[in-house]
Amino acid sequence: MGTRLPLFPEQASTISAEVDHLLYFLMAVSIFFTLLIFGAIFYFAIKYRRRSEQELPHSVHTGWTLEIVWSVIPFGLTMIMFGWGASIFFRESRPPDNAMQIYAVGKQWMWKLQHMEGQREINELHIPINRPVKLLMTSEDVIHSFYVPDFRTKQDVVPGRYTTTWFEATKPGKYHLFCAEYCGTNHSGMIGWVYAMEPQKYQEWLNGGAAGSLSAAGGALFEDLACNNCHKPDGNGRGPSLVGVFGSTVKLAGGGTVRADEGYIRESILNPAAKVVEGYMADMPTFQGLITEENVVQLIEYIKSLGPRPGQGQPGQAAPAIAGSIPSNR
Amino acid sequence: MNTAAVQERTNYLNESYGLKSWLLTKDHKRIAVLYFITISVFFAMGGVFASLIRTELLTPPGDLVSSETYNKLFTMHGVIMVFFFLIPSVPATMGNFFLPIMIGARDLAFPRINLLSWYLLIVGGALAIFAMVAGGVDTGWTFYTPYSTTYSNSYVIATALGIFVAGFSSILTGLNFIVTVHRMRAPGMTWFRMPLFVWANYATGVIQVLGTPVIAVTLVLVFCERVFHIGIFDPALGGDPVLFQHLFWFYSHPAVYIMVLPAMGVISELVSTFSRKPVFGYGFVAFSSMAIAVIGFLVWGHHLFVSGQSLYAGLVFSFLSYFVAIPSAIKVFNWTATLYKGSISYATPMLYAFGFIGLFTIGGLTGLFVASLGMDVHVTDTYFVIAHFHYVMVGGTIMAYLGGVHYWWPKMTGRMYPEGWAKLSALIVFIGFNLTFFPQFILGYLGMPRRYHAYPDEFQVLHVLSTAGASVLAVGYLMPAIYLFWSLRYGEVAGANPWGAPGLEWQTASPPPTHNFDKIPVVTQEAYDFSKVAGEVIEVG
Amino acid sequence: MASEVHNAHVESLALREQFDTEEQQKDASTLGMWIFLITEIMFFGGMFAAYTIYRSAYPTVFAIASSSLNVTVGAINTCVLLLSSFTMVMAVRAGQLGQRKMIVFFLILTLVFGCVFLGVKAYEWTEKYEEHHMPGQAAFHLEGTPLQGPAKIFFSLYFAMTGLHAAHMVVGVGLLSVIIFQTMKGKFSADYYTPIDISGLYWHFVDVVWIFLYPLLYLIDRHLPK
Repeated sequence: MGTRLPLFPEQASTISAEVDHLLYFLMAVSIFFTLLIFGAIFYFAIKYRRRSEQELPHSVHTGWTLEIVWSVIPFGLTMIMFGWGASIFFRESRPPDNAMQIYAVGKQWMWKLQHMEGQREINELHIPINRPVKLLMTSEDVIHSFYVPDFRTKQDVVPGRYTTTWFEATKPGKYHLFCAEYCGTNHSGMIGWVYAMEPQKYQEWLNGGAAGSLSAAGGALFEDLACNNCHKPDGNGRGPSLVGVFGSTVKLAGGGTVRADEGYIRESILNPAAKVVEGYMADMPTFQGLITEENVVQLIEYIKSLGPRPGQGQPGQAAPAIAGSIPSNR
Repeated sequence: MNTAAVQERTNYLNESYGLKSWLLTKDHKRIAVLYFITISVFFAMGGVFASLIRTELLTPPGDLVSSETYNKLFTMHGVIMVFFFLIPSVPATMGNFFLPIMIGARDLAFPRINLLSWYLLIVGGALAIFAMVAGGVDTGWTFYTPYSTTYSNSYVIATALGIFVAGFSSILTGLNFIVTVHRMRAPGMTWFRMPLFVWANYATGVIQVLGTPVIAVTLVLVFCERVFHIGIFDPALGGDPVLFQHLFWFYSHPAVYIMVLPAMGVISELVSTFSRKPVFGYGFVAFSSMAIAVIGFLVWGHHLFVSGQSLYAGLVFSFLSYFVAIPSAIKVFNWTATLYKGSISYATPMLYAFGFIGLFTIGGLTGLFVASLGMDVHVTDTYFVIAHFHYVMVGGTIMAYLGGVHYWWPKMTGRMYPEGWAKLSALIVFIGFNLTFFPQFILGYLGMPRRYHAYPDEFQVLHVLSTAGASVLAVGYLMPAIYLFWSLRYGEVAGANPWGAPGLEWQTASPPPTHNFDKIPVVTQEAYDFSKVAGEVIEVG
Repeated sequence: MASEVHNAHVESLALREQFDTEEQQKDASTLGMWIFLITEIMFFGGMFAAYTIYRSAYPTVFAIASSSLNVTVGAINTCVLLLSSFTMVMAVRAGQLGQRKMIVFFLILTLVFGCVFLGVKAYEWTEKYEEHHMPGQAAFHLEGTPLQGPAKIFFSLYFAMTGLHAAHMVVGVGLLSVIIFQTMKGKFSADYYTPIDISGLYWHFVDVVWIFLYPLLYLIDRHLPK
């Protein structure tokens, strides 16, 4: 039996206090109106109680003023709630540029997490405090939801696409990690812990792991799967060169362009014919069912690690006409 | 009034006898009684599932039932309560019984279609019960894909089919109400002389007709996906599992208003009758029902704030959600204002009305929490949401349902319920309800996710409180079941108008004759005009 | 007034007891059918929404898949259905005039056209089955695109939408059969032909749905550069 009876969850991330402040405002408004309505009902019910079976009260005429007052004032209050909540949501939806990235894969019924440096964890996540952490998440089966109540963050994890969330822990400690979207038989067992650590301790923890980095694992996989037979770095293979492709704008066969982000690269591995680079044939085989979501993540990190194409500046700013697609006749 | 004469005259109950006269009846009142019996059975089933859920949650580990069983319990609780109790609750019973009488019609426009809708509910219910007996269904009442289409090994198809069929029951009821209100009003019964209960059911009909087909077609797609693997919701084939959520909530959010609007209509009647005053701001209350019906269709995306829909979609849906809050607030304020300078009786129906206004206020205000994006990210899919919608559905709809049943009981049966027992049970329901669901707000904010079979130790105290409340609530619900049944035989014989209410339903005998009126009334007064009702009048205020 | 109301009540056998006048009864039935058709629009609307979303996600696959459908047969079916709408109008007109034989004649023509449509549809579906274009077939394959998943989605929507439409046609054919039978038994006259009227509404609605389905399913590749 639990001995403590907490009423509020811990404030363990930068956003926690903000959400709690919004809560206090909402509670204040709610308590005010609840007391107003309950008070009025009690007061009227007692003051105007029926004293004789025959009595007939005068009818009170409806006043437009009153109706407008009690429509407009609540509406104004709700607009504050809307704006306040939206501003928090904006921040929650946009990870800072300097956030460190961690990959999460949900699977009935466990969380699999991979750090850039190669550490892999199941149902546990170690993170440093005072540093924004961005999670790039997908699911291998059904929809899950990554929820850390003490951070006030939650994001559904959807099969077939990447979703992101981010948080910045402020206090070292051990926090609940829940799956918040019903995912089948053992849904309530899809839980774990987030360990927020002092940066130094986190570094020590990272160093304790033996595995090589994610991109190194991806590089090995790139050769194992013989991707390098076609995707040659000089662009002379059957597939386009992948050097510098990440973050660039890719021109597609049949018109249109797409930004080469994690989602596009994932799609191109699992469903290569969906968006073919201009000038190439749609003859790449699919890797759906052959590799896991974790393998996909490793490949993405490898492709990212290839860096900008020689002779070009920032990959993100490359001219759309050239970037990402090299004509096959070159 | 001579009570013996009232009992002896022919009414809809004693006009004919035998099972066949009931199962083939076209009388809207008899069909309403059939609905009463049917949905009471469903309510009892849903209640048993709820009790098992609450018992399991007494202790943190999952020890009473297996996780598989637990998942089936909350799914069947949701399916039965939502589709087979709450949606038909007020409209199919009291709406069916009183909407025609209140506008001075002999019956609904399409009596045979009315009977057909009852049979559809029975067929749908039979399919759902078959699914349960055969092994149950474990997808949650929301049927989220791809779990429901690909991964669940339970009886999804039978359950979905049951809901599909029951959906047509709901559509036909709505259609019948709309046509009846348009075409069957008695001479002099203008739109703005209609009781607010009729307005509420009319608005509900609009939602039923426009929303229900969308869930029907969505369930057809789920069915095809399960049987033929067609790929519409399957990401492996390029489909989008979140599309299901859009289609599902496009119906299921308005469906919340199908459940609560008629309940609000009941409250308007109760507040007026037991304060002996017209509802304050009649026009505003009437139009707020219509506004809710319309705006209710524009807010479904607020169930998807963390689903990965775009940031801007989230903003728009949050913004629009606040618009639907205003008409609800208008209703609450107008009901409260109706009490001002009234002649307030503490009869049982009024106690339920007080309970409704209070609990709906809390349910509505916490709706503002979940409509706020930054807050919803934290509380969605937790017990906070569970508490919020139970405050609206149980604290709101069921309170109004019980209030309405007590209010119209003498009209429907010709007998009074025992007032003392009724007051006691109303009090028990109110206390039990708050004890059950208020702790769940705190649980939710602490982070307790919904649909959890086992949970961390620190949540136990609040769960124990909630389970204790549920047992009190169960007693509160069992009592009316017993004393109302008792009153059918032993209750005091009721006159035509025991409350001194002005509605047309009180101007005919209790119980009403088969075609409702001996002579179709000609309406010459506004709604809720008490001046012609009370015999010896003492003006107050 | 109430007494007159009761007199009116006894006059006609076709008047149901809940109504005061025949006009009220006809109005109610017509309004009821219109509201039912609104429900139907929402019913098909869910499918159209899914179609719109996936067509914008996979425009090329949808065009390729669409071009594999038999446009000529679809066009013939469109004509058949338009003709049936015309004969339905004629049947309602005959109803207004109380010409019982003409009602039966035109209704039977409508029925025949409806059955022709369903027959052609069945032929098309068989063709799809033989071509392995039916989702649920293990051997499903659409030539000309590597994206078999979205191709499957197109054909799922094709079968779901045309199937739902055909189901409505079947209901319509049943409705017509009942009305033909009732007309022959002499149930309708110039004073009372509401069932013919509202069945007409239903029939036209089902036609209009097809008028949307035909271009959306059969003709979408026409504007793409070849």
